[in-house]
Amino acid sequence: MLAFIVQRLFQAIIVMFVVGLISFSLFQYVGDPVNNMLGPEGTIEERERLRERLGLNDPVPVQFIHYVGNALQGEYGLSYRMGKPVDELIAERLPATIELVFVSALIALLVGVPMGVYTGLNRNSWLSRVFLTVSLVGISLPTFVIGILMILIFGVWLGWLPTFGRGGIVELGGWQTSLLTLKGWSHILMPAITLALFQLTLIMRLVRAEMLEVLRTDYIKFARARGLLNRAINYGHALKNTLVPVITIMGLQIGSLLAFSIITETVFAWPGMGLLFLQGIAFVDIPVMASYLVLMALFFVVINLIVDLLYYAVDPRLRSEHVGGAAH
Amino acid sequence: MSAARRTDAMAINTDRREITPSLAGRAADSLHRFFDGDVYYSFRRSPVAMVAFAVTLVLFFVAIFAPWVAPHNTDDVTTLNLMNARFPPWGFTDPFGTEGVARFLLGTDDQGRDIFSAMMFGLQISLMVGFASVILAAVVGTSLGLISGYIGGRLDSVIMRIADIQLTFPAILIALLIDGTVAGLLPRAVAQDLKIYVLILAIAASQWVNFARTVRGSTLVEKNKEYVQAAKVIGVHPALIMIRHVLPNVTGPVLVIATLSLALAILTEATLSFLGVGVPVTHPSLGTLIRIGQQYIFSGEWWMTIFPSLALVVLVLAVNLLGDWLRDALNPKLR
Repeated sequence: MLAFIVQRLFQAIIVMFVVGLISFSLFQYVGDPVNNMLGPEGTIEERERLRERLGLNDPVPVQFIHYVGNALQGEYGLSYRMGKPVDELIAERLPATIELVFVSALIALLVGVPMGVYTGLNRNSWLSRVFLTVSLVGISLPTFVIGILMILIFGVWLGWLPTFGRGGIVELGGWQTSLLTLKGWSHILMPAITLALFQLTLIMRLVRAEMLEVLRTDYIKFARARGLLNRAINYGHALKNTLVPVITIMGLQIGSLLAFSIITETVFAWPGMGLLFLQGIAFVDIPVMASYLVLMALFFVVINLIVDLLYYAVDPRLRSEHVGGAAH
Repeated sequence: MSAARRTDAMAINTDRREITPSLAGRAADSLHRFFDGDVYYSFRRSPVAMVAFAVTLVLFFVAIFAPWVAPHNTDDVTTLNLMNARFPPWGFTDPFGTEGVARFLLGTDDQGRDIFSAMMFGLQISLMVGFASVILAAVVGTSLGLISGYIGGRLDSVIMRIADIQLTFPAILIALLIDGTVAGLLPRAVAQDLKIYVLILAIAASQWVNFARTVRGSTLVEKNKEYVQAAKVIGVHPALIMIRHVLPNVTGPVLVIATLSLALAILTEATLSFLGVGVPVTHPSLGTLIRIGQQYIFSGEWWMTIFPSLALVVLVLAVNLLGDWLRDALNPKLR
């Protein structure tokens, strides 16, 4: 158990080191920070002083250590475009993205799992067929097309829902939330559904496949032979065992929700991290790009680590296999 | 390895070359084998696959022959007229009371480009970028997978570690990052010219892992079979074994992944173009067209986005269905 955790932690640290190296080399080799900060008017003496002050004359490994040290303290430098510290910008934008991802994940789970269970139990009903067909379309429709269609139908033609921004924001101890007002919810609904749709279909298909698989196993047959109620078999025995992979996949999918929020945020002008990153790319704002990269990597690594450990905790078979130190 | 063995191997090689029939004969032979084979049989049995194939073929045709088929050459800026801008599709009336004309079947965009023609040219660019990036990803991924699986050892673990790390990150993020970095490295004018190549590189870089992992898996299986052992014993060079003997036996999975990757690559290109980091606006792809149209959706001018979106969805769906069918057809377990 301990060896497994240490191994995973070690892997996570390596990933973060590599990402740190990439983001450091972005600073190092893409664009010239001195040029960016001084502009073309700076004299040679001014440049030299700035280089010295920024530590650009130090050997590269020393600079990297400085960079890592700063990053660990949450210092990512000034945005070239906005002249503000990047950590401040991110702190401003982070709540919007996290709320969006959270609501999407919730929608995906709360709708996807029941749909999967239903289609798994009633394989041949017409409603299952409808669900499956819709899910095929859901997988083939790109996120931004779904968003645009929703804006057109519910925002422009029907006029039911607002189409951009976060709406009513309430300050909650430094965290700007839009989940406490009705207006805020009306704003988050369309972006969250847009973002959730792909994950929803994924979860539905996964739960369905797992249900079909589990329902064929011997212990379900035995449970039936013992005369247990259908409900007890379906939900107590079958569903419980399907949820292990669902938890894993959902955990991993939170990472892709974070990435795809870039698209959703663009479509709905949602003032989150993704929009910040995209504007950063358009203006080659290296500090913003680099710190977004590091932050995302951190998210992914932490999520992966949690999922690995969770999997390990949930599935007793894995534990016994790992006792001998064998790989899977 | 002794020189005598090597000459033996060469002798065997030249022998084989003499037995093999001419190129045309071989092509006819394999064509015959294809139509008699399982894959074609399964194709004839699957209406979905046939429809998907037909749709894909039509779209490919339209894309390739866009300059001759399209009613307007939207690539030629001199033919654009702002007086023609924002016409609704034929038979529709826009929110301001303008009626569509038959000349612009699906309406026009904000530059006066005929949407129908622009879609054909857009399809061309989408498909071109998609194909180029999949081919690049397939070549790089397959080579690395072969090397990784056949040679193994430290090289294998390094390649697979990189693949693992990359798989943690969604493709779109990697493509965005590469795009942004290259834009920063190159001067602006050069970056504009090279934009489409950067895009291809970015998409390919986000896709090679799938190929590498699959090919590595198949190579590990093939490596232990008798024919590879035999080739080793007679002293064939490892590179030759990989290319001549292992590669032909792993092409099935590669083909499936390539098809599914094509759909994904087209989607990624559209997404990047939609986000504004894709192909330049002067030669819009389907994603760019959707991006241009998006701003007019609030005034109810829906046709600029909806038609290109529809084309994109149909294309991706058709390619995806083809890929799904191919996967099932090449899987002996399902037969």
